[in-house]
Amino acid sequence: MTAPLLEAQDLLLRVNGRTLLRDLSFALRAGEVWCLLGPNGAGKSTLLHAAVGLRAAQGGVLRLGGKALAEWPADAAARQRGFLPQSFHDAFSASVLESVMLGRHPYLSRWQWEGEEEQALALSALRAMDLAGFEQRDVLTLSGGERQRVALAALFVQDAPLLLLDEPVSHLDLHHQMLVLEHLMELARLRGKGVMFTVHDLDLAARFASHALLLMPQAMVLQGPIDSVLTEAALEAAFGHRVARIEAAGRTLFVPD
Amino acid sequence: MRRTLLIWLALAATALAAFALALASGSVHLAPLDLLRALVSPEDGIAGEIVTCLRLPRALAAFAVGGLLALAGALMQVLLRNPLADPYVLGLSGGAAAGALGAMLAGLGTLAIDAGASAGALLAMALVFAFARHDFARQQMHGALDASPRLLLTGVVMAAGWGALITLTLTLAPEARLRGMLFWLMGDLNGVDSWVPALLALLLALGLMLPAARDLNVLLRGEALAHALGVRVAPLRRRIYLVASVATALAVTTAGAVGFVGLVVPHALRLALGNDQRMLLPASALAGGTLLLLADTAARSLLAPQQLPVGVITALIGVPAFLLLLARRPKRIA
Repeated sequence: MTAPLLEAQDLLLRVNGRTLLRDLSFALRAGEVWCLLGPNGAGKSTLLHAAVGLRAAQGGVLRLGGKALAEWPADAAARQRGFLPQSFHDAFSASVLESVMLGRHPYLSRWQWEGEEEQALALSALRAMDLAGFEQRDVLTLSGGERQRVALAALFVQDAPLLLLDEPVSHLDLHHQMLVLEHLMELARLRGKGVMFTVHDLDLAARFASHALLLMPQAMVLQGPIDSVLTEAALEAAFGHRVARIEAAGRTLFVPD
Repeated sequence: MRRTLLIWLALAATALAAFALALASGSVHLAPLDLLRALVSPEDGIAGEIVTCLRLPRALAAFAVGGLLALAGALMQVLLRNPLADPYVLGLSGGAAAGALGAMLAGLGTLAIDAGASAGALLAMALVFAFARHDFARQQMHGALDASPRLLLTGVVMAAGWGALITLTLTLAPEARLRGMLFWLMGDLNGVDSWVPALLALLLALGLMLPAARDLNVLLRGEALAHALGVRVAPLRRRIYLVASVATALAVTTAGAVGFVGLVVPHALRLALGNDQRMLLPASALAGGTLLLLADTAARSLLAPQQLPVGVITALIGVPAFLLLLARRPKRIA
């Protein structure tokens, strides 16, 4: 059996002396879509940052494709996992096409320039994100949702086996939320990608994720196949708010009290 | 790629024309043919001597200093992810000025003034690096995903401190030395003859940064994203800071604190030609050199035989040019 795309073993994450996650172990395999759920400040972004290598863990090990994170050279790691940050601050003008082609950076040699191949990949990713015709727009003129879809397109041309996304649908309208999550699910199902994303909408989580990691009080974590995690009792314990789980129109829905 | 080569060629041609103009103009005006003859066989006659001993070294120094400043400005703008950053934004010119003016106050000679400027610039650079060392270290995700604003603030506060020191020196200085100090503060190429270090530094700086130019493009998208795309962010930021600082220090030591070249040139090129650092860094060096060369030619010919500090000219060109650029709506390049 091949190594999991992302594996945590006895992970300990602390921020400013506050323990966010303790004894966390999980394994994310190819084709799985994990949603990362929990209240504000529980450590969802922190866990993603640790998995990307943006912050060190205070204990335990994170493995990428079976190899400890620290042993990955920067460029090889960039071909193994991609990351979508929660927010963007563009200081300079750039065309949408240029921005998306930056996703090919890990594949180009030092003196190589983006060519037709990179351009074709970028255009196809833009089409998938419903951004056909946006190639020459300046990223500074885009709306928040459009900017987010440009970033997603860049992530898709990076074409890493593991995708880590911090609130990928937070700025998107209803239609584009569905578009993005369906695209992620398709990448997992058809191309064997592994996906982990944070989200606050429980209905979307239940509909699109195969697995869930629910951050609970006292740095505890509940994890497993999505249906086993998203129970009324667990959600109330995690969020401190009563939630009713109902089945309607063939979907699982969550109604807060 | 082809477009980039064409841009570089056009800028290089402009630079050559600026050199021809600078070498031809002055108290002894030379026709194109005389200029050519003077360059080919400098031993013959007075024209050869004027061109090779007086005008050429000064022109080369002006070009190198302008190139260094524009390149350092472009790099600082990437480092701080702020299009309004310039080579002096982190207080380097303040440190250099404090050192140079201190030497002038003590009544020391040219060599000591240069040494004072270098020492001051390097001290300013080391202080910012020490105070902001966490921003240049590897793990820096402590809440904020971006260290640039804090580095900028560190530099701005340091610059304010140097400013106070400079004012103090000016207050204490005897009348007779004030004029020299003011010229130094505005930037002045009069009597400059050492162009070799500045030109070598320009080539070295380009050689150090060009291989990482695409990394710089990625870094502009933010540190977290750059890391995720395989850029080793901390070493790259250290390299940018060191190259930009040493470039600025050499420029300031050679010609004083010439303003606006480092701010206006990269900014104007970016608005006109786009923000690909692979194109922009060499283009900035060429255009910055050309601008300062032309400005210096104007500085020594406008009110001849009176010489103006070249910094006055760059400010007179830079301020309106910058305001125009800001007022214009940025256009997209296909």
